[in-house]
Amino acid sequence: MLRYLSLITICFLATTPIFADSKFGLGRTALPSEISAWDIDVLPDGRGLPAGKGDAIVGEEIFANKCAACHGDFAEGIDNWPALAGGFDTLADEDPVKTVGSYWPYLSTLWDYINRSMPFGEAQTLTSDEVYSIVAYILYSNDLIEDDFVLNNQNFSKFNMYNSNGFIIDDRKISEYSNWSKEPCMKDCKQSSKITKRASVIDVTPGESSSSQEIEQPELNSKKTNIVSIDPELIKAGEKVFKKCKSCHAVGEGAKNKSGPQLYNIIGRKMGSADRYKYSKGFKLASDEGRIWDEQLMIEFLRKPKKFMKGTKMSFGGLKKDKDLDAIVAYLKTAK
Amino acid sequence: MRNPKKASSRRAFLQGSAAAITGSLATASTANEADPLITNVQDWASSTGDGVDETPYGLPIEFERDVIRRNVSWLTAGPISSINFTPIHALEGTITPQGCAFERHHSGAIELQKKDYRLMINGLVDNPLIFTYEDLERFPRQNHVYFCECAANTGMEWAGAQLNGAQFTHGMIHNMEYTGVPLRLLLNEAGLNKAENLKDKWVYVEGADASSNGRSIPMEKALDDVLVAFKANGEALRKEHGYPVRLVVPGWEGNMWVKWIRRIEVSDSPVESREETSKYTDVLANGIARKWTWVMDAKSIITSPSPQTPVKHGNGPLVISGLAWSGHGKIKRVDISKDGGITWETARLGNQSETKALTRFYLDTEWNGEEWLLQARAIDETGYVQPTKHQLREIRGENSVYHNNCIQTWHLKTTGEVENVEVS
Repeated sequence: MLRYLSLITICFLATTPIFADSKFGLGRTALPSEISAWDIDVLPDGRGLPAGKGDAIVGEEIFANKCAACHGDFAEGIDNWPALAGGFDTLADEDPVKTVGSYWPYLSTLWDYINRSMPFGEAQTLTSDEVYSIVAYILYSNDLIEDDFVLNNQNFSKFNMYNSNGFIIDDRKISEYSNWSKEPCMKDCKQSSKITKRASVIDVTPGESSSSQEIEQPELNSKKTNIVSIDPELIKAGEKVFKKCKSCHAVGEGAKNKSGPQLYNIIGRKMGSADRYKYSKGFKLASDEGRIWDEQLMIEFLRKPKKFMKGTKMSFGGLKKDKDLDAIVAYLKTAK
Repeated sequence: MRNPKKASSRRAFLQGSAAAITGSLATASTANEADPLITNVQDWASSTGDGVDETPYGLPIEFERDVIRRNVSWLTAGPISSINFTPIHALEGTITPQGCAFERHHSGAIELQKKDYRLMINGLVDNPLIFTYEDLERFPRQNHVYFCECAANTGMEWAGAQLNGAQFTHGMIHNMEYTGVPLRLLLNEAGLNKAENLKDKWVYVEGADASSNGRSIPMEKALDDVLVAFKANGEALRKEHGYPVRLVVPGWEGNMWVKWIRRIEVSDSPVESREETSKYTDVLANGIARKWTWVMDAKSIITSPSPQTPVKHGNGPLVISGLAWSGHGKIKRVDISKDGGITWETARLGNQSETKALTRFYLDTEWNGEEWLLQARAIDETGYVQPTKHQLREIRGENSVYHNNCIQTWHLKTTGEVENVEVS
């Protein structure tokens, strides 16, 4: 840190009378209960950690229920969701695999992030012991601890991460700026300039780039394609609500499973019936019983997923508004 | 949605340029037939248009429907924790309209009303405080134009030319006029005597959304030019940019501009949060990573011509237009090369450059159907010269994701089409 501070700073901090600014008497004193509700960050030295403990054996079960839908049963990562395990000694390779095990320098970061932001869509619902257990399971998945190792607030800060020495503080001032601050060349700067790589070869640019004169008119067609007599506005609203689901679910004909099952014709379909999808125990049972999704069941499920189906892998917290629930069912019924 | 454009737009494009090429260069071309748009009375010149009660808050006219944010779906696992891109290829001047300014969320854009907004200042302060939105409006406020660039802007281009459009290669940036309260005033209100020596102190800032996106900022910066902003371009922030209040950290990577900011903690060390360790750190060729790479170095991009804005008007006068910026201060000069960096000429700055804000540059030139390898090179007031991709790779290797500020090359073809390329 000291290295980062420039001379100017030191002068600034020493001489500028910032605190000559008078106070305005605005705001009110924060209550201790308010501070403890929001001030939950955990530092590398363990400050901020609540008392608690957990091991990988307990952690595995929680992870399977709450995390594996995106991160995989073995923390290997599904689709584009982050892999949390493996990748050791790949950081100097062409495609470094940056996981908790191979890259993260501090264990506190993992605890802090899971505690405040995970599971995705259901943040701040885990107990402290659950967080300790999940952290232990991720360490275990990286072969950094044995499965019966009990992680707690006492031994936490002693844990040394694999890549703890893998970082340097920004050195651009020395390594780059001095080289690149010379008067630049204007003429005969190099012998020749030949094209070595082209974007069109890779062809990963979405859509077709176009000017304002070549506008698609998709809205005009929408009336023709909607044969179903459901309010098109409701379907449209449902499509918007579905944005919350899109990262895990595909819908429409030929939809494929993502981290959640595909939802083509889901209303009227048997529960737990997406081909090759690994359902939770609850949905497997529902499938065996031949239960069928209808509008009402879907609304119940989406209102409180965990209440409707205990143990569902879906980490989504649920939709609160009736109009959103009606809209999404209308959309699911009609999505082609 | 139909997708006939690949063939038809190319054809229309070629016809357009062929027609234009027949015109002579130095003088205006002549017409054989009178233009019916002029000789016939048009509907719009006869009937009446919309009343003033038609559009209480307006969107751009439908003909500009194409000037929108776009995303690259393969970049991220889903749209909730993802990014989209400003259509910089279709904008001019320097201010980015909020409605098409790029968005980056880690847990989606939340809806937070002013009446539910609270900002906490705690940690090593004399009196921890809670401010409401109305409280913030009672502090002396300032207006400043600043660019906000995601550290990952141009990140997909490290290994080679990849995305074909300035929107996608350089669109993780916007530039707005912010109205807000200097963070310094809020910290002073809580009192920093308890923090004692400020030289080694930090502030940890976090948002109200599920990701909270916490970041640690050294006290020096916090007391310098950081703003707690509640307006952009004269109106309320948009939901996607942190309504009702966001942090503005001039010249530093966009990830630190915490949206829906709810807490600022004065501390004696950085938190080393997820966003400042596992992300927003830069792996070098030897596997060692740089951290705390906060400043966005000088950079520039030609926005037109570019792959999404080809030259359609044929030979003759051509305006090359682009943007330059630096997290270190003002842009001093921009040079343009048409031959892939062998020779350079200095561009004209289109506005008086402001510190840590976008500067527009132009080269008013002539194109006669030749092939060009177009490049722009920014120089900021510290004398820093925007590097080539080779220069960056020599020092950093190819494994970085963030902070790619290399000189971009556009290949302008004889047809007027433009492609993203890399040159020797």
